[in-house]
Amino acid sequence: MGTATLKKTFSHGIHPPEHKAATVESAITPLPFPPGLVIPLSQHTGAPARPIVEPKQEVARGDKIAEAGGFVSVPMHAPAKSTVAKIGLALTPSGAMTPAIFLKVDLESEQEPPPEADSAASNALTPEELVAAVQETGMVGLGGAAFPTHVKMLVPKGKRVDTVVVNGCECEPYLTTDHRVMLEASEDLFTGVRIALRATQAGCAIIGIETNKPDAIKALAKAAESDSRIRVAPVKTKYPQGAEKMLIKALLKREVPSGGLPIDVNAAVFNVATLAQLGRLLPRKQGLIERVVTVTGPGVERPGNYLVPLGTPVQFLLDHAGMKDTARQVILGGPMMGVAIASLEIPVTKGVSGILVLTDKELAQRPTKVYPCIRCGQCIQACPMFLNPSRLGLLSRKEQYAVMEERYHLNDCFECGCCAYVCPSNIPLVQYMRIAKAVNRERKTAK
Amino acid sequence: MDPVALFTAGGLMLGLGLILSSVLAAANKKLHVFEDPRIDQVEEMLPGANCGACGEAGCRAFAEALVAGRVSPAQCPANEPQNIEAIAHLLGIDAGAQHKRVARLACAGGNNVAASSATYRGVATCRAATLIGGGGKSCAWGCLGFGDCMAVCPFDAIVMNRNALPIVDEDKCTACGACVDACPKNLFSLHPVDHRLWVACKNELRGAEVRRACAVACIGCGLCAKDAAEGLIAIENSLARIDYDKNELASLEAIQRCPTGAIVWLDKEKGPILGEKAIGALAERKAG
Amino acid sequence: MTQETPQVELRTSPHLQRPIRTDAIMRNVVYALIPVAAFSIYAFGLSALLLIATSTASCLLTEFLVRRLSKVENTAGDWSAVVTGILFALTLPPGLPLWIAAVGGVICIVLGKLLFGGLGYNPFNPALVGRAFLQAAFTVPMTRWAAAFAPGRFVQAIPSTLALPFMQAPEFDAWSGATPLAMWKFQQTATDMKDVMSAFMGTIEGSAGETSALVILICGAYLAVRKMMDWRIPAGMLGSVFVFSGVFYLINNANPNPLFMLCSGGLMLGAVFMATDMVTSPTTPVGVWIFGVLTGFLTVLIRLYGALPEGVMYAILLGNALTPIINALTQPKIYGAKKAKAKVEQTQ
Repeated sequence: MGTATLKKTFSHGIHPPEHKAATVESAITPLPFPPGLVIPLSQHTGAPARPIVEPKQEVARGDKIAEAGGFVSVPMHAPAKSTVAKIGLALTPSGAMTPAIFLKVDLESEQEPPPEADSAASNALTPEELVAAVQETGMVGLGGAAFPTHVKMLVPKGKRVDTVVVNGCECEPYLTTDHRVMLEASEDLFTGVRIALRATQAGCAIIGIETNKPDAIKALAKAAESDSRIRVAPVKTKYPQGAEKMLIKALLKREVPSGGLPIDVNAAVFNVATLAQLGRLLPRKQGLIERVVTVTGPGVERPGNYLVPLGTPVQFLLDHAGMKDTARQVILGGPMMGVAIASLEIPVTKGVSGILVLTDKELAQRPTKVYPCIRCGQCIQACPMFLNPSRLGLLSRKEQYAVMEERYHLNDCFECGCCAYVCPSNIPLVQYMRIAKAVNRERKTAK
Repeated sequence: MDPVALFTAGGLMLGLGLILSSVLAAANKKLHVFEDPRIDQVEEMLPGANCGACGEAGCRAFAEALVAGRVSPAQCPANEPQNIEAIAHLLGIDAGAQHKRVARLACAGGNNVAASSATYRGVATCRAATLIGGGGKSCAWGCLGFGDCMAVCPFDAIVMNRNALPIVDEDKCTACGACVDACPKNLFSLHPVDHRLWVACKNELRGAEVRRACAVACIGCGLCAKDAAEGLIAIENSLARIDYDKNELASLEAIQRCPTGAIVWLDKEKGPILGEKAIGALAERKAG
Repeated sequence: MTQETPQVELRTSPHLQRPIRTDAIMRNVVYALIPVAAFSIYAFGLSALLLIATSTASCLLTEFLVRRLSKVENTAGDWSAVVTGILFALTLPPGLPLWIAAVGGVICIVLGKLLFGGLGYNPFNPALVGRAFLQAAFTVPMTRWAAAFAPGRFVQAIPSTLALPFMQAPEFDAWSGATPLAMWKFQQTATDMKDVMSAFMGTIEGSAGETSALVILICGAYLAVRKMMDWRIPAGMLGSVFVFSGVFYLINNANPNPLFMLCSGGLMLGAVFMATDMVTSPTTPVGVWIFGVLTGFLTVLIRLYGALPEGVMYAILLGNALTPIINALTQPKIYGAKKAKAKVEQTQ
């Protein structure tokens, strides 16, 4: 093998089947407005937003309806011209009920188009003003974590960012939103990258794209020729290449310290969809009101990439895409890290990158029998964090949660699912990690 | 064998033994810590379950605290009355009053009355199920019924009934709090046993939204608050809340107007007693 | 609400899994053992067939009955007992009385596996536990080697095969042979390249499955390609046997040459099918290499300096015993650990 074919990557990881063919060719199409929208006030990492509207109040499309509840928080905007029905509790994917704004959409009248871009005004902002402006857009990481974007853009005193890493890996099987965004909104993406460069005052930006998206690599590499600070780097197609720690390792050969953040190694990581949206919203002083969602899986009749108003119930979206009778499991996100939801009333929120619908057939193929650990060591050789999942799993079963954290680096696990994917004994390792983390968290707050 | 060698070897062993034993004897004397012999005696009379319900770190620590006079014998809720008396007698102190407390579950939604929205498949514990979309029960607050509480109870005081709802045996429960920690939905709390009026629901939704999920949930209608003695029951977050400072005002009357049976009277012998109206509604539901 | 729709299911992520289950791995090990067993039957005839059948039946039945009696979920269907049964048979001399093989099968499963909690919990390879037991309890029949490719082997069993329990086994001079390793050890027969070739092809005396290095290597390659066996263990073990016996050969020419060491005795079977037992070998990538090299080294030491001609069994059992320590000492360094430490040192 020549060095030319040795693509940048990290150690360990897995190669799950990609399943991307069903939607990779389908261009982003706008979804019609549903009759009702549900905007949970806590759909991002950090403090919940505070509602600034009253029941029965009429709001226009793009109006701010909730303000940020602190620095690590973002405001919410009305995705459509509508009336506030109530402010009450709504079900979230985690199964808990959290406060949300319920909107009744005015389906009769035209939804006003977004305002024109004012690039000159946004170009004149200082880094601090830029961070504040980013917060006003309500942007969070659209890759799934939903961490407020402006927090990542603010460089704390004594720290510095030399490289902005742009994550175009999309390593989760089935999902193609980032791929489509890179193809269809490359201009917005570059505007977003420049905003990130200015806010963090980094010298260069690297867009990491997995080699299974050659058309995106080609298109963006060509577009990047005009800006010497931005370049495109193909990375090996391997899961979880899109995890920020893995991507930093692949592109910069740096390791984020355990318990640390990318900024500890002078990097800031943003998803391509995030920066593309930001590049579109910020010059228009608009808020985040819609996002691209891949609706796919064997349980969907018309899989595709839809531009979905935030707050649209999953049921409405699946009705539109055609849900088969045999559909039996609905997953928000991809198959590796996505969460199965209990109710289709749950709305599409800022962090939902895909909806995967599986049918009886796939579920029947999934084994239910759990064998004892045969110590094959496959999980150890799959874990991208170099943890020992088999050991952690055994400890979790014995409820040794404190030992897991203190001696086996439980908190470095980001639940990518590589271990459970390879486990021949079908041990639910990821769930064991989650149980341990949940108990440890509870015990800490109890203290 | 050479007798000289035999004697040398024997002598050496003997000498070594003598030296080492004297070292041990000296160490025993030097490092001896005086311990009140009553601590051992008292510990013998404790249940030995190390449940921690007394607030001390296990039975040994409680025995030490007793001898030191920091606590009274009755503060161990798991102990038999005659043992408490015996400890009081041994130490020549007052037995103190045993305030019997028990664990109470704030949910009545067994699988006969509460709906489920999804089927959970995975590790069969409440803790695990809660993490996957809440566990599939329509009510986000409700008991999942995998029996984590039963598994953790050191006194076998909790059994799951046929509707997968835990039942606490008041006699066996020592209010150690293990179930309180184990329940991922935080449905258990410790209450004096004379708190008989009880809201067996935590659902904060109102009206039809609640009824869809569970037939015995509190719908926040407020009828109980209207009927009850002044200030005994209030509605907070669409949920009836009992002010136990006014517990002496509580009576069977307070539950009669509840349309769902969310507010109950916990009778020691008969178990939870529902109001007339709720019994009627549930019978109707069963018939329909 | 009135509509009866089947409910959605809630499961934990990941929602994709590699479709290789534990029972499938065990089943494939059985597939890989079939050619080895077939060659053994070809070489030793009816006796080998009866031996393998008896041992497998004994293991499977023991697992089934013990699980049944202890009223727990029956694990006889997970193929692991079959693997143990066949492997165990392949380590035995072909003329071994069948009743001894049956007793050994019980020992394998009960003492080697179920006593520790069953599949996944046993510290030692069950088949080798059984063999070690027989070696100690029935030394004489365990060291009688029948001649390979005896005429009439397909129509007639070796006389000792059908001996009754605790009866003196009939002498079988007409059938007997000696393993090349024993010849070297006890008769100081020099070894040459001709011996190496016959050992490689399997036209020699030995335990039922210890004969053809070539067949074993091919079957092992099948498992390695399907990722159901860690190729690093046989690589480490065979490599270390080659290197260390090479060193001893250079020091003293009377020692067997390294190629002969590689192809003779139970080394191939042990390295490919026994040392690679996932349960009893280390889990960490570094540990796997250490384990392979260590067992190889121990094999050479026991063969050259021990009282027995063959050392593979004890080498692997010793390696099994060290596995927990190897695992503990070779835990992977986690991502980001080094720098976190460096940072702490800086701030101090």
